[in-house]
Amino acid sequence: MLGFLARRLLVAILVCLTVLTFAFALTRLAGDLAISIAGAQATAADVEIIRKAYGLDRPIVEQFFDWVRRAAVGDLGQSYFFKEKVSKLIADRLPITLTLGLVGLTIALTVALPLGIVAALNESRVVDRLVSLVALLGQAMPSFWLGLILMITFGLHLGWLPISGTGTWQHFVMPGIVLAFSAIPALLRLTRSGMIDALASDYIRTARAKGLSRASIILKHAARNAAMPVVSIAAVQLGFMLGGSIVIETVFALHGVGFLAWESISKNDFPTVQGVVLLLAIIYTLLTLIADMFNAVLDPRLRAS
Amino acid sequence: MTALLEVRDLEISFSGLSAVRGASLTVAKGETHCLVGESGCGKSVTALAVMGLLARNGARKATALRFDGTDLLGLDERAMSRLRGNRMAMIFQEPMTSLNPAYTVGSQMAEVLRRHRGTTRTAALDRAVELLTLVRVTSPGLRIGQYPHQLSGGLRQRVMIAMALMCDPELLIADEPTTALDVTVQAQILRLLADLQKDLGLAVLLITHDLGVVARMAHRVSVMYAGEVVESATAANLFARPMHPYTRGLLACVPVPGKIKPDQPLGSIPGMVPQIGRDFLGCGFRERCGHARPDCAGTIPRRALGPDHDYLCQLEPDATAP
Repeated sequence: MLGFLARRLLVAILVCLTVLTFAFALTRLAGDLAISIAGAQATAADVEIIRKAYGLDRPIVEQFFDWVRRAAVGDLGQSYFFKEKVSKLIADRLPITLTLGLVGLTIALTVALPLGIVAALNESRVVDRLVSLVALLGQAMPSFWLGLILMITFGLHLGWLPISGTGTWQHFVMPGIVLAFSAIPALLRLTRSGMIDALASDYIRTARAKGLSRASIILKHAARNAAMPVVSIAAVQLGFMLGGSIVIETVFALHGVGFLAWESISKNDFPTVQGVVLLLAIIYTLLTLIADMFNAVLDPRLRAS
Repeated sequence: MTALLEVRDLEISFSGLSAVRGASLTVAKGETHCLVGESGCGKSVTALAVMGLLARNGARKATALRFDGTDLLGLDERAMSRLRGNRMAMIFQEPMTSLNPAYTVGSQMAEVLRRHRGTTRTAALDRAVELLTLVRVTSPGLRIGQYPHQLSGGLRQRVMIAMALMCDPELLIADEPTTALDVTVQAQILRLLADLQKDLGLAVLLITHDLGVVARMAHRVSVMYAGEVVESATAANLFARPMHPYTRGLLACVPVPGKIKPDQPLGSIPGMVPQIGRDFLGCGFRERCGHARPDCAGTIPRRALGPDHDYLCQLEPDATAP
């Protein structure tokens, strides 16, 4: 188990470093950073001063290692656009994104798992087809459109929920539902197919031959074996929700990390872009690591290899 | 001899295709009854139907299906599950995949007792250790903490047997329990089953295609072909006086030291088990049978040869005498 953990951790660190390198290179490819910081009215001399002041005249490799060295101790630099420390910018917005992501995942799992199990138990019957239809709709529906429809219905017409901002828990209900909808189809399909495979297996026949209750057969014996791919994809989906909720954060005016990423990219605020990308890479690899560990708990065979 | 399991005219079909057509057999208390036949002739589905474990598209029908006087056809799934693993248990052909990979051997064994007897976890684990010892598993205390993937095929099958015995069942159905194991392990498992049967007074319904196994284990034998029991007799009678051409064909396939000459080929039965449609009539074996005649396509009589021996064939007892 420890060896397993150490190997996974090493891979996670390598992934983070790779993402970091790409993020750094891509911001440099986006154009001359000194010009974009200096603004449209700046003279050539101004640009030169800025280039020196921000150390952009140094060799690119030196800049890179300088940034990595600082990032390693938590110093992500200063934002040009927001005139604040990047770490503070992120720290301010992360709770919003985390809350939104977790609400989204919780809703997605609450809907997808039971529906997937019910569909598997009724394979190729009407119920199964209806559930597949729900999955298809979820996949086909653009999230901004669903967001707007929800806002019009529950925010404007019914007045049950606030339509923008982050003041109370009610603010997270609609964005959470919209975010969940993007994750439900994949989770549902995997739960369904995993359960169908598990239910057809020899050990389920054994469980039935032992006279176990239906609940024990489905939830204890089948679901545990069907859970592994679902755990993996749930981690990936949560990663998407945390990193890719830009559209939803914009629609519902939630100023989270996704919104920050979008703003900083459009302003070519490279320290912020790099910081956000690094954070998301870390979250992503961390989530995968957690999923792997969770699966190792679920399946003893993974612990051995 | 009292009947523990009584199956009368069992019919099983899967989505309209019939798999078993009116099979009857009786397993007496404390007796080993072997169900013999080649692949696809309905042995396994017969066992699954008795246990109420047919797949969703499978349908069963019978004039009687009784276990110790209880009509199994009248029981709902809940009542049936109270019998399974408790008074009637089953082990399978695939020891490698029949245990749940996610749970320890001990917890899988313990849950049988906890389900049917409401025993505490500790007491159930003690019982598991006791039974692993009974099926001659070494260091049972260690084994209950292990996962299936840590055990060999032979060990897993012993675990399956021990698990089946957790609640002291009266009937053990064993569906080709040694087919997937290598030969030395096969012999060990068969000896174990024979000993358990004798020591615990179990009734065993043993499904096999191996007549060597039948010779060693069976008190009574039913030969199945194409969804019918074509011959049923005590083991001694069956080997001494096989009546149905199919039974004889099977016996001719077995090499007997001393009887077989080195340059003489072993017997074989040409052809394959036919697909049986809904309105199939007559003998299912007639296309492979050397004695086939026109009336084999009609209704076939069940002929008796003494109280303990009957077979399903047009041939008269004297005409088939070897």
